[in-house]
Amino acid sequence: MISTSRRPPLVFGANTPSISPRTRAIAWQILAIAVVAAIVAAVAFQTVTNLRARGIASGFDFLGRAAGFEIARGPIEFSSRDTYARALVVGLVNTLRVSLLAIGLATTFGVALGVARLSHVWVVSAIARTYVEVMRNTPLLLQLLFWYSLAQALPAPRDALNPLPGVFLCFRGLFFPSPIWQADYPWIAIDHPVLAGFGFQGGASVSPEFAALLVGLTTYTAALIGEIVRGGILAVDKGQREAAAALGLSRIRILRLVVLPQALRVIIPPTASQYLNVVKNSSLAVAIGYPDLLSITNTTLNQTGQAIEAIALAMAVYLLVSLSLSLAMNTYNAAILRRGGRTT
Amino acid sequence: MRAMTQLVASVRHAPMFRDRPNAIATAILGAAIAYAAFRFVEWGLVNAIWSLPQDGSSEACRVARGDGACWAVITERFRFILFGAYPFDQQWRPAVACLLFVGLYAASAVRTLWDWRLLLLWILLPTAAVTVLRGNVFGLSDVPTEFWGGLPLTFLLSTIGFAAAFPFAIGLALGRRSELPAVRALCITYIELVRGVPLVTFLFMAAMMFPLFVPQGLTVDKLLRAQVAIVMFVAAYVAEVLRGGLQAIPTGQYEAAASLGLPYWPSTILIVLPQVLRVSIPSLVNTFVSFFKDTSLVIVIGLFDLLGAGKAVLVDAKWVGFGAEVYLFVAFIYFAFCWGVSQYSQHLERLVSTDGRHRLSGKTI
Repeated sequence: MISTSRRPPLVFGANTPSISPRTRAIAWQILAIAVVAAIVAAVAFQTVTNLRARGIASGFDFLGRAAGFEIARGPIEFSSRDTYARALVVGLVNTLRVSLLAIGLATTFGVALGVARLSHVWVVSAIARTYVEVMRNTPLLLQLLFWYSLAQALPAPRDALNPLPGVFLCFRGLFFPSPIWQADYPWIAIDHPVLAGFGFQGGASVSPEFAALLVGLTTYTAALIGEIVRGGILAVDKGQREAAAALGLSRIRILRLVVLPQALRVIIPPTASQYLNVVKNSSLAVAIGYPDLLSITNTTLNQTGQAIEAIALAMAVYLLVSLSLSLAMNTYNAAILRRGGRTT
Repeated sequence: MRAMTQLVASVRHAPMFRDRPNAIATAILGAAIAYAAFRFVEWGLVNAIWSLPQDGSSEACRVARGDGACWAVITERFRFILFGAYPFDQQWRPAVACLLFVGLYAASAVRTLWDWRLLLLWILLPTAAVTVLRGNVFGLSDVPTEFWGGLPLTFLLSTIGFAAAFPFAIGLALGRRSELPAVRALCITYIELVRGVPLVTFLFMAAMMFPLFVPQGLTVDKLLRAQVAIVMFVAAYVAEVLRGGLQAIPTGQYEAAASLGLPYWPSTILIVLPQVLRVSIPSLVNTFVSFFKDTSLVIVIGLFDLLGAGKAVLVDAKWVGFGAEVYLFVAFIYFAFCWGVSQYSQHLERLVSTDGRHRLSGKTI
C-alpha cells in the first residue's frame, strides 16, 4: 500500500509544463526513428569507406561468374562452369529437399510418439518419455555430428553392409536399386548398384551427409512435435472421449475420429513454428558439409570475398521461406478453425 | 514369507504389470530393452578400454572397435574437452569460472533471492568469471580469448548472451506493445527479421561482415563478435517471451496504475515489469536452456566451446573414428545440465498453475 500520510501523492510530472500527449508521442517517435537511422547511416558509411579502402567492389555481379567448384550430385545438374547464381539455387533446392522430407517424416514419427507418450501401456510411454528427454536436452548440432560420425564409421565399399539384396551401406553412403523408365516393353527396368573401383555405380544413392542431416533433423523434430501432440490430446475435454466410448467406439477410432480432429486446433500453431525451425535448423548442414544454401553461400563468400552480399542474400532467402511457410500455415490454421467452428 | 508375498503384491501392482496388455508389452519390450542394455554394457563397460599402453598408441582401441568402447580418448583428453586450449598449468582458472557460473545458476533457483540481489549476482558473477579467465589483474597471467574453450566458453556465451540481451529484450517487448506506431513498427521489424533467419547466419555475419562495419584498425576479437551476435539474436526471442508475459497481466493493473496518476514509465517500471518478469520465469528458463544448447553453433565460425573442443579432439590422427565415445561424453554433460534445469522449470510451471502468480515470488505479496 502507498501510505499517503508520509509521501506526497504519486502524481508524476504534475509540476512540469503541460505538453499535449500528442506532441509528446510524435517527439518520441521522431527520436526513435532518428536514433535507428543514425546507427544505420553510421554503419553504412563506415562499410562503404572500408570497402573502398580494401578495393572490394560491391554489388551482385559475382552471381553471373563461373563458380569453379563442384557440388555433389543432386536433383539439379551442376558443373564447375556454372554460375554462382545457379550454385545458390542448387543450395536452396537442397535445403528445401532435406527440410520437406524431414518435416514429413518428423510429423509421422512425432504423432506416433505423442500418442505413445500417453499410452495406457507403461513401458511404451516410458520409452517415449526417455526418448523425448534425451532429444530435447542435447544440442541438435551434437546429434548431427554424432549421426555423421556413425555414418563415417561404416565399412569401406568393398566390405559394405548388405542388409537387403541389392542394398549396400558403406561410408560413401547408402546405395539401392532404382527403377528406370524405358520406351518399350516392359517400360520399367531396375538399375542395380554395382561395386566399381572405390564406390558403387548405378542405382540410386544417398550421401552420408544427407542421411546424417535427415536422420538428425527428423529424430530431433519428432521429439518436439511429439510433445506438442501430447499437449494437444490432453487439451481435449475428457467428456468427449467418454461420450465416444459410451457410443461403443474402439480406442483407435476414438483417437482417430474424436480426439485428434479436436486436438489439431491446439497442435497446428506450435507445429507450424517447428516446421519453420526445421528449415532454419537445416542450415546446420554447414557443419557436416552437406551442400545446402548456407554451405554454398559460405563457399561463395570465401571465393569472391563478397561477404555482405552473400550473407544478405542467404538471410533474405531464409526470411522469404520462413514468411511464406508461416503464411501457408496461418491460412491452413484459419481453415481448420473455420471448419471446427461449423461442426461444434 | 510375508516379505515375499508383499514383494509379489507390489510387483503385481506396479504400473508395468497393472493388467494383461501391460504385462504382455512389458514382457516383450522388456526383453528387447534388456538385450539392448546388455549389448550396451558389453560395449561400454565389459569390453571397453580405459587407458592407453605406455607407448601411447591407440592401436588397441582400433582393434577393439565395434566390440568395445574406447574411453581412453576421454581419460586422455578430458582436460582438453573441458577447458580447450587454455594453458595447461593455468587450468584451475577455467575450473573456477565454471564453478562461478554453476553457483550463479544455483543462486538463481533460490526464490528468496529474486529481487535486486539476483540482478546484482547476474552482473557480478559473470564479470568475475571473465576476469578469472582473462587475467592480467591480481597477478594472474594474461590469457587472450583465442585460448579460451570448452565448458567455460559454453557457460560464458549462453549466460552473458542471455544477461546482456535482457535489457534490450525488455525494450523490444515494450516497444512492440507501444501505442506509438513508428516505435512499434521498428520493434516488430527487428523481432521478425531475427526470428526469420537461422542463428548460423547471424554468426557468419559476426565473423565475416562485422569487421567491415567498424573503422579500420579497430579489431574486435572473434569471441566478442560471436557474443554480440548471440546477444542480438537472443534478444528477439526473449522479447517474445516477455510479450507473452505482458499479455498475461490483467488490464486492471494498467487501469489501477493510470488511476493513481502514474505516467507510462513509472507505471511500467513499478507495476507492470515486476509482474511480467515473475509470470515469464518458467518460459525464460526454457529459453535459456534452448540457447545454452544453441551456443554450440559457434563451432561453425571456429570457436571451441564444449562441443567444438570435443570435435577438435577427433581431428587428431590418433583419435579419428572415435566420435561415438567423445560425443556421448559431451552429450552427457549437456544432458545433465539441460535436464536438471528443465526439471526445475517444470517445477516452477506447476507452482504457477496451482496458485497463480503469487507463489512464484519469494515473499508473500
